[in-house]
This record gives sequence, C-alpha cells and structure tokens, in this order.
Amino acid sequence: MKKQRRRMSLSRRRSVTGFVFITPWLIGFLWFYGKGAIQAVLFSLSTMTMKQSGGYQLDFAGLDNFKYVFLQHATFNQTLVSSLMNMLIDVPLIIFFSLFMALILNSKFKGRAVIRAILFLPIIMSSGAIRDSIAMAQQTIMGGVAAVSSEAAASESGVNVQYLMNMLMNLGFPATLSEYLIAAVGRIFDIVQASGIQIIIFLAALQSVPGNLYEVAQIEGATPYETFWKVTFPMVSPHIVTNVVYTIVDKFMNSDIIDVAYDMAFSSYNWSVSVAMSLISSFAVCIILFVITKAISKFVFYYN
Amino acid sequence: MKATIKERLGQIDREHLRRRLGRGVTGFLLGLLKAVILIGISYIILGPLISMLSSSFFTPADLKNPVVVLFPIEGTLGNYTQVIHTMQYPKTLLSTVIYVSALTFIQVIMCSMAGYGFARFNFPFKKLLFACVVLTIVLPADTLMLPWYMEFRDFDVLGILHLIRGSGVNLLTSPIPIYIMTTLCCGLRSGLFVYIFNQFFRGLPKEIEEAALMDGAGAFRTYFGIMLVNAMPAVLTVSIFSLVWQYNDTFYAQLFGVPTNLLMSRRIATVQETIGNSLNILDTAVTQLYLYAAVILMLVPVVIMYCVMQRRFVEGVERSGLVG
Repeated sequence: MKKQRRRMSLSRRRSVTGFVFITPWLIGFLWFYGKGAIQAVLFSLSTMTMKQSGGYQLDFAGLDNFKYVFLQHATFNQTLVSSLMNMLIDVPLIIFFSLFMALILNSKFKGRAVIRAILFLPIIMSSGAIRDSIAMAQQTIMGGVAAVSSEAAASESGVNVQYLMNMLMNLGFPATLSEYLIAAVGRIFDIVQASGIQIIIFLAALQSVPGNLYEVAQIEGATPYETFWKVTFPMVSPHIVTNVVYTIVDKFMNSDIIDVAYDMAFSSYNWSVSVAMSLISSFAVCIILFVITKAISKFVFYYN
Repeated sequence: MKATIKERLGQIDREHLRRRLGRGVTGFLLGLLKAVILIGISYIILGPLISMLSSSFFTPADLKNPVVVLFPIEGTLGNYTQVIHTMQYPKTLLSTVIYVSALTFIQVIMCSMAGYGFARFNFPFKKLLFACVVLTIVLPADTLMLPWYMEFRDFDVLGILHLIRGSGVNLLTSPIPIYIMTTLCCGLRSGLFVYIFNQFFRGLPKEIEEAALMDGAGAFRTYFGIMLVNAMPAVLTVSIFSLVWQYNDTFYAQLFGVPTNLLMSRRIATVQETIGNSLNILDTAVTQLYLYAAVILMLVPVVIMYCVMQRRFVEGVERSGLVG
C-alpha cells in the first residue's frame, strides 16, 4: 500500500517536471498562436474594412467568406486540389532520394566533406532572402527575346520522353508507374533542391545509431542487406516521420495555394477571405498529416 | 585420402579466390555507380551557382560579348568592391552574426527543452498539446501576420504596462519581438525544431537517463548534463538549420521592421536597386552582376560555418557512440 502511493507520487512528480519543460512553449503557443488563431478565425467570419486612422473594423458576416471561397472564387478549389496532389506525389520521391543520399554520404569515401557541403547549398539557395532576390532579378531580365530563346534551348536539350515511355511499355512496365518515374526524372532538379533538409536529418539519424548494434550484427553473421533492414531502418524510422512531416509542410508552404491566399490579401486587399483560404488549406494539410503519420507510425520503432 | 583432402583444399581455395574477385568487381562497379550519382547531383546543384560565380566577375563588356561563356575576357573585382562598400559588408556581417548566433542559441535551448518534455514525460493532454505543435508547423505565418504585428505595436504583458503607464510599448523597428517570440518557441520554424528534438529524444535509450536519476541528479541536471550531450547530432542539426534560416530570413525581419543596416538578408534585398540608383545604371542585366557578387558574398560565411560544424558533427557522434 505504502509502496504504491510512493510510486504514484513519483509519476506525479515526473509529470510536473515534464510540464515545466514545456511551459515556455505553452506560454508562447497560447500567447501568439492561440490568440492569433482566435483573431484569424474572427477575421474569417467577418468582413473587414480598413479605417483611415490606421485601424480596422470588423462586421460579422457568418460563413459568407467560406461560401465565397468554395462557391464563387475562380481558382481556389482547383488550386487546392492540384497543390495537395503535387505534394502527395513528391513526398515519397523526396523521402527515398534523401534516405538514399544520406546512406551514400554516411559511407566513407574520398571527398566526402566536399560533397556534403555541396548538398548543403540548396538549403541556403532555396530559402528566404537569396532566393527572393535572385528570383526578382531574373524576373526583370527574363521575358521578351531572352525567354523565347531559353525556352527553345530547353525543349531541344530535353530527353526524348516519348521514346523512353515506349521502351518502358515494351518492357512490360505498368503505364502509370512508368509515367510517374519519367515525371520524377523530369523533376529531378526540383527534387534535389527540395531534399537538402531531409538529407541532413537522415544523416544525423544514421550517425546517432549506436555502433555496437552493427558490431552485434556482424558477429551474428548478418549480410549488409539484413543489417540495413534489421538495424539501420528501424533506428532511422522515427526520422522518416519527421521528414514526411517536414516535406509535406515545405511543399505546402511553397505551393500555389499559398500564393492565391497571399494575392487575395495584398493584391485584392481582401484580408478576411485570404485568412479563410489559409484556414481551409491548413486544415486540409493537418488532416493529411494526421492520416499519414498514423499510417506510418505502425512501422516506426521507439525505445519507449 | 591425402590427395582428396589436397584436392578439396585446392577447390576451396579457388572458390574463395573467385568469390573475392567477384566481390572486387562488384565493389568497383558499386563505387563507380556511387561516383556517377554523386557527380551528377553535384552538377545539378552547382550548375546555376557556377554561372553565377563567373558572372560576378564580368564587366559590362564581358556581359555583352557573345564569345564569353564562362570565363570573362576582361574580368574585374570591381563588382565585389562595390558591393562590399554598398552593403558595408564587414559591419553588417558582424551584426548579423551576433544576432543570428544569439537567436540560434536561444532557439536550440528552448526547443530542445520542449521536445524533451514531450518525448520523455507523461502529463495530461499531452497528445492534444503535441497536436498543437504540429499545428504551429502547418499554419502559414502569413495568416498570423496581422495579429502579431498588432501585438507588438502595443506590447504588454497581462495588462501590467497598461496599469502603470496607461499604454503599451511599441517594440516595432527593433529585433526585440523576434527575441521574445524565439524564447517562447514561436520563432522561425520553432515548431519544426520541437518536433525534430522530440523524435531524437524518443530514439535515445531510456537507461541513460534512468542511471542519472538513480545517482540523484535532478531533472534539469540530467537534461543538460546527459540528454543534451547524447542528442548531439540533433543539437548540431537544429543549430545548422536555425542558423541558415535566421540568416536568410526576411519574413520576421520585414514584419517587425528590423533596421536594414543590421541584417544581411535585408541588405541583399535592396543591393541591386541601391547600386543601380547610385551608379546610374539603367540596364538590369548589368546591376544583376552586382547582385550575383552579393549572393556569393552572402553564401561564403554560411558555407564556411557549415564545414566547421560538420567536422564537429562527426566528432560529436563518435563521442556519443560510447553510450547506448
């Protein structure tokens, strides 16, 4: 009896300690996200008019904004569906590619540090200030004759896709699979650009696998293939979840749907519709994340 | 009898030799495949960068010369000196480095604590709260821009300042809002970092921490002394991401109006315009050369930092390999 009470108090103490650890996050969440999200929901449920003095006025409008987004806006539904589809198509490619690259980079070879540094570059190049300034510079210069010539060059140097398709079909590949693979080859540039973060996460995961597990596997006489599936893969599996989550969110943040909402706010000056759009698309992404992480987590190995 | 044993031994020897030879060939082929893949991918990444690097040494005459492809005929370092002058490179870099490293330090400590709390403790509503972490990753910051802006224009903690002075403080046009948000795990992609730390801590064996608790170490000592050291790959990974993203960030800096002369990311957004206006160059193709020089100058510090940290990466891992 006495023993049980003590254990209760210990687990109670553990839970209090845990709460202390997350307190800063909780305060920040309630303060910035909680409050902000309530305000955002309020915005989306009302029409907002800017006042001359610099403030704004809200008039309650019910679900009008949502009705407008779904029923009247010209491109929202289509863009949402196509953005989500693109996202789902790219995720497995990026995950496989980055795991593969991380495995290669984790093995020993000459010039490893250089290659790692090179694979790190897209992370800087494809985010924030550098990407924006380059994109802006190229926007002003592209167009007119330059655009035509570069387009012509691109079409000429491209791979003969039709020929490859026919070849794969003759080999007995299912048509959808070969289309998917060829589309993937065509987007290899985007995939490499979008995999920088995932490669580094996998690399860190691979390096935190305790070395003695490999020793045991070797002593037991496991082949490299078995070692991969019995040791490496389970140990890395939690980070597959991380990378899936990151990839989905990253694709979502760079998708057209965000631009549609952004234009609504800053070109059409219709803030409340824009917020409604963001809420709808975020909700859709949350559902996708929930379903996918639930599905994957069956195969994930955790110590506890 | 003897002969058969000898024969058998010879057979085994030959088989062994053949297998080793086979392994050598496959090994060579695999190595070749690896090299081809790595070189190809490096080319995909480096291609645009190489043309940018070579363009940054072009003079306007080189740019217009159709013979010039990668190597400039005249060539100049003038683009670089001009950009260094306009961006006040050393000064801006120094203030950026201080700002970014402070933010990274805060972010790593706070996010790792939250991640640890979620990974290793049980408390009521844990699943719901962790779903909230995922929500902060997903929700586009654009949506919350306006509420955040309003919050810091009239900053107040639980109405205390309103009681004392009658009004809040306007914290805009300073980096203070960013520091506050980062400390409370709401900074740039903090949600993602909490998630990454959570996954890493869940992957560490429980015995490490139990041993420390047995020895009578408190929760915070266990955390800083043992868990954080064992999660070194995670700490380094998150530090690298945090450094790069903060260094490159324009969203928060613009939203809160951080002064342009403080940050590289703000400088680079305006450098092309500024040089075009001050030197009276109308051709955007020419001012673009300056932008390329600026991009290279902005890349160099980060790449050096990554190379240094990456070496630590391996060391840290070898150290943490002792446990587990």
